Amino acid sequence: MIYEIFHILVLAGLVISASLTFWFRDLLAAVLAAGFFSFLISLEFYILQAPDVAISQAAIGAGLSTAIFIIAIRATGRYEGGAP
Amino acid sequence: MSKLVRFAADILYPVVLIFGLYIVAHGHITPGGGFQGGAVIATGVALVIVAYGYREVTQWIGKGGLMAREVVGLLGFIGTALVAFIFGMPFFYNYLAGQGGLFGVPVTYGPNPGELNTGGTVPLMNFAVGIEVWGGLALVILYLLSGLVPHDDHEKEGS
Repeated sequence: MIYEIFHILVLAGLVISASLTFWFRDLLAAVLAAGFFSFLISLEFYILQAPDVAISQAAIGAGLSTAIFIIAIRATGRYEGGAP
Repeated sequence: MSKLVRFAADILYPVVLIFGLYIVAHGHITPGGGFQGGAVIATGVALVIVAYGYREVTQWIGKGGLMAREVVGLLGFIGTALVAFIFGMPFFYNYLAGQGGLFGVPVTYGPNPGELNTGGTVPLMNFAVGIEVWGGLALVILYLLSGLVPHDDHEKEGS
């Protein structure tokens, strides 16, 4: 029972964090939401019994790609479509 | 970055390094392997690079060192596979498995806790891939950040 509740919470968090990534106009917040999405999807991979993929996803998705996006934001602008 | 971020990066970097090397070393027993462990270590390097900035980091971690890791990893991988020709075996033949010595303990049948000293050439190739991914992914971050430095200088001159 607690397993199903946890699984549904993770799936709901996936949908919410993906929507937040789309809706944020502050790109730094959007990148952090995308990193949280990567963390949740690595949890989902672990629940679906693919720990190998979960480790890669946590390292590449939540760690390296977030750092790359933050570097790209520092090189360009922080807000989508100019300053708010 | 601030002093707090640098302090956290100082503490976290050895832990991340040990965890990544653990994943690489146990690649043939537990989930994970060369790529996953190397990616974990590269994440730790990226943490240090982001915390300290390009100027300070390049004094400790040169591009040459990371490129050397890449070259050593690739040459180690292909060299381990090519050594099989010396024994008259086909390419990628596992000539160390079951021979005793380094990674040569025969695998016991049935459920067992897992012996680290098994697998033959598989752990050696895991180490090679881990070192290669460590160098490659850290080099990607370093080169991305090197494109940012003239931008920073321009901002400082303008302000």
